[in-house]
Amino acid sequence: MAETIQLTRKDFVSDQDVRWCPGCGDYAILSSIQKLMPELGVPKEDILFISGIGCSSRFPYYMNTYGFHTVHGRAPAFASGAIVSNPDLSVWLITGDGDGLSIGGNHLLHTLRRNLNMQILLFNNRIYGLTKGQYSPTSKEGTKAKTTPDGSIDHPVCPATFALGSGATFVARTVDTDLKHMSMVFKRAAEHPGAAFVEIFQNCVIFNDKEWEEIEDKKTRPDAALKLEHGEPLVWGSSGNRKGIKMRNGIVSVIELSDDDDPAEKGIRIHDERMPTPGYATILSSLTRPDYPMPIGVLRAVESSVYEDDLIGQIDAAKEQRGEGTLEDLLYSGDTWTVE
Amino acid sequence: MATKRVEEVNDITIRFSGDSGDGMQLTGMNFTETTALVGNDVSTLPDYPAEIRAPAGTLAGVSGFQVHFSSRPSHAPSDYLDALVAMNPAALKNNIGDVLPNGLVIINSDSFKKANLVKAEYLEDPLPDLRERFQVIEIAITKLTREALKDIDLSSKEKDRCKNIFALGLTYWLYNRPMEFTQTWLNQKFGKNQAVLEANLTTLNAGYFLGETLEALPVSYVIHKAKIEPGTYRNIMGNQATAMGIAAAGHLMECDVVLGAYPITPATDILQELAKYKHFGVKTFQAEDEIAAAGIAVGASFAGKLGVCTTSGPGYVLKQEIVNLAVMTELPLVLIDVQRGGPSTGLPTKVEQSDLLLALYGRNSDSPMPVLAPSSPGDCFTIVLEAFRLAVKYMTPVTVLSDGYLANSSEPWKLPEIESLVRAPVKHHKDAETFSPYKRDPETLARPWAPPGTAGCEHRIGGIEKDYETGDVSYDNNNHHKMMEVRAAKIAGMVRDIPDLEINGPESGKLLIVGWGNTEGAINEAIKEAREEGMEVSSIHLRHLNPFPANLGEILKGFERIVVPELNMGQLVHLLRSEFLVPAERYSKVAGRPLRVHELLKHITDILKDEA
Repeated sequence: MAETIQLTRKDFVSDQDVRWCPGCGDYAILSSIQKLMPELGVPKEDILFISGIGCSSRFPYYMNTYGFHTVHGRAPAFASGAIVSNPDLSVWLITGDGDGLSIGGNHLLHTLRRNLNMQILLFNNRIYGLTKGQYSPTSKEGTKAKTTPDGSIDHPVCPATFALGSGATFVARTVDTDLKHMSMVFKRAAEHPGAAFVEIFQNCVIFNDKEWEEIEDKKTRPDAALKLEHGEPLVWGSSGNRKGIKMRNGIVSVIELSDDDDPAEKGIRIHDERMPTPGYATILSSLTRPDYPMPIGVLRAVESSVYEDDLIGQIDAAKEQRGEGTLEDLLYSGDTWTVE
Repeated sequence: MATKRVEEVNDITIRFSGDSGDGMQLTGMNFTETTALVGNDVSTLPDYPAEIRAPAGTLAGVSGFQVHFSSRPSHAPSDYLDALVAMNPAALKNNIGDVLPNGLVIINSDSFKKANLVKAEYLEDPLPDLRERFQVIEIAITKLTREALKDIDLSSKEKDRCKNIFALGLTYWLYNRPMEFTQTWLNQKFGKNQAVLEANLTTLNAGYFLGETLEALPVSYVIHKAKIEPGTYRNIMGNQATAMGIAAAGHLMECDVVLGAYPITPATDILQELAKYKHFGVKTFQAEDEIAAAGIAVGASFAGKLGVCTTSGPGYVLKQEIVNLAVMTELPLVLIDVQRGGPSTGLPTKVEQSDLLLALYGRNSDSPMPVLAPSSPGDCFTIVLEAFRLAVKYMTPVTVLSDGYLANSSEPWKLPEIESLVRAPVKHHKDAETFSPYKRDPETLARPWAPPGTAGCEHRIGGIEKDYETGDVSYDNNNHHKMMEVRAAKIAGMVRDIPDLEINGPESGKLLIVGWGNTEGAINEAIKEAREEGMEVSSIHLRHLNPFPANLGEILKGFERIVVPELNMGQLVHLLRSEFLVPAERYSKVAGRPLRVHELLKHITDILKDEA
């Protein structure tokens, strides 16, 4: 093994000028990732960022690692090809709500269900930014955007619910203004064996400003977001406005709590990210404002077999059973005859 | 038993036809393997419907398998039949038009009942008329099969499934073929089911022995071994050869192969075959769709492996955006398009040389890519290796245009000697000091290939235009022009690396036939016959369609007339006219079947008569 050099955030900053709009939520995400990288202990040359098309997909250009800026919506396919080719890589897939869920929804679904080892970060700003402000598949119904002057009539898709429905083994949510939380979630994602899906509430300052204001603003966040922690009760709210969630037969009820109440006594649900079936996490993912808090943190983290490990396992088993194939075997086995 | 006559003949074409559930493909394949093993030259033409099981007995459900075998070298499936086996009236109706006058027509008389005649849309019994024009051999195959199997404990339905083997046994007698290959094959296939195995072996014998005793068949035929080049041979179909080529490329280039593919007729066999090649280190990935399949292959290429895709026209279209990214990021990729009839879903199981212009011009902007085409089933192996060689050496996607006929037809293939195969291990760029992602090799203009995992060579690339020097994103106008020129120059420059064309016949004259892909066998046969009739005609056959071989222009200029037979509406002819300003003439056949020798011969004759 080569001698380990302690890398710093700076080692992960590329020489390219960052060209997102001033005030864009992407800056904070980039910075958070660059800070996290040295902590992962993965050699820089083994890290690969892959993206599709959109504002978020410029991300790889700003990372001083390997990077592949591909085509719209199809980044999961390139990432799948890369990880089956070299399972030692740390693959990070950067996508957005349009790239990942509109044109690329199909690929996202299949990549999640196959459980290939990669981190999928979906920057959700509920708008098309790079094409200058059209509604996206996550835009709320009634969104007035350039192509929907009378308000959108699409029913939106919830990224985390979609991921859970696709069989994702790790699903989490975080917010672009909460650096500590982002860092924790990204780290958990990196540690997860298999596909780790992270939805990031991200602000588009130009075309959909303040879409996530309640959750992004430190002052309102405690009453708008529920920070999930494994083994802890589903409780949120600032002092004097404390609430908890009860879940019974799939029915969710919000219980008001005093600051002194013991949530357990009140029957508040304890968060379990390791539930074997995705039903509980799916219910959590579908809670939304204003009736419920937005759950953020790790919704689901379960272990399952990883695609590329199984593929390589089958190859090794075939070699073991049949011997490593040679060119001679390839061409000359079976029914051949010789002409003198 | 009266002694029967044995006649020696040089050349026989037989077609087995029946319902798509009757096992005609298996029958044909067994006959082919046996015939190849006895040393005849063989050329086959399977013909099956797109529906897995169209209604039984109907014209839509007829499946056929044609075998042309000879004591002479022969490379075309032949236009006409010496013998037809028709298991039902629909099979007879679909195929009788191809049988030579007074040819042999073996029918299963048990299936010529009113209901089946109606399904085949016969208004009256066709047999009285046919008996006048052909040697119709009417055999109660169903009844005789059941009779032979009366002591075996199987249902009538199971017994009836052996009918095709009865017909196979009969043809083995007719053409003096040994039964061992099929016996071994049956043992392997049904070894676990003793009753079914015994039934099939018994039926095979019953068919064979019927030939010996049936008075209606007074003659059997002997077709001597063909004089073919010494060597070791195997019978090969194009898709098999393609799969072997892909696996061999991994070994010869010492680099893992990653196949991204989505099932599509007629390319699926390649994915299925390679999925069995895991012990050769091949990684196959059945993707969710055609686009993802291409993305997986390009992702593998970026990661330093040999990315490859197999598909057919409708899938090839879908891949083009991904292919364009490989053009832009200059990554090696091999795309195999097993062309089929189009447009749209078209004729999935039928042949067409449909996608030449698509391969060249089917992507946004100017997106140069090399294009190759194999000319025979065995050539698929060679051309696939050539595609990988060029892809890696020049850092570019390469398309191979196979097709539904090459894919499923077979020929005896002389196996290459292992030592003769070129070993060209992939050399990734490893030196961080000298690395820049778009720093080109001065000779090939290829950029370096430094996959993730290479310390010090971290770089970012993508579909946005690159700076000529650094490879960084660049929107500069003049830089874009320069990059367009260099991408074009790189592909055009490959001409130095591909062989000159060899001309078949005189180097100048009245008529040149220019072909590409699967038509080589038919063109060669037509030219041979034209010469036998005293006509002077030359031909060339293109395996490299982009760039064209260096001497193509010179050859074209030597002829008064240039005719381009193609199984499309005139794609190569279009390229030749625009590239070389020659009055090349279209000769299009888009009938979902291979080029017919006699039709081309007539065309050649008409032209040379005109000139005379």
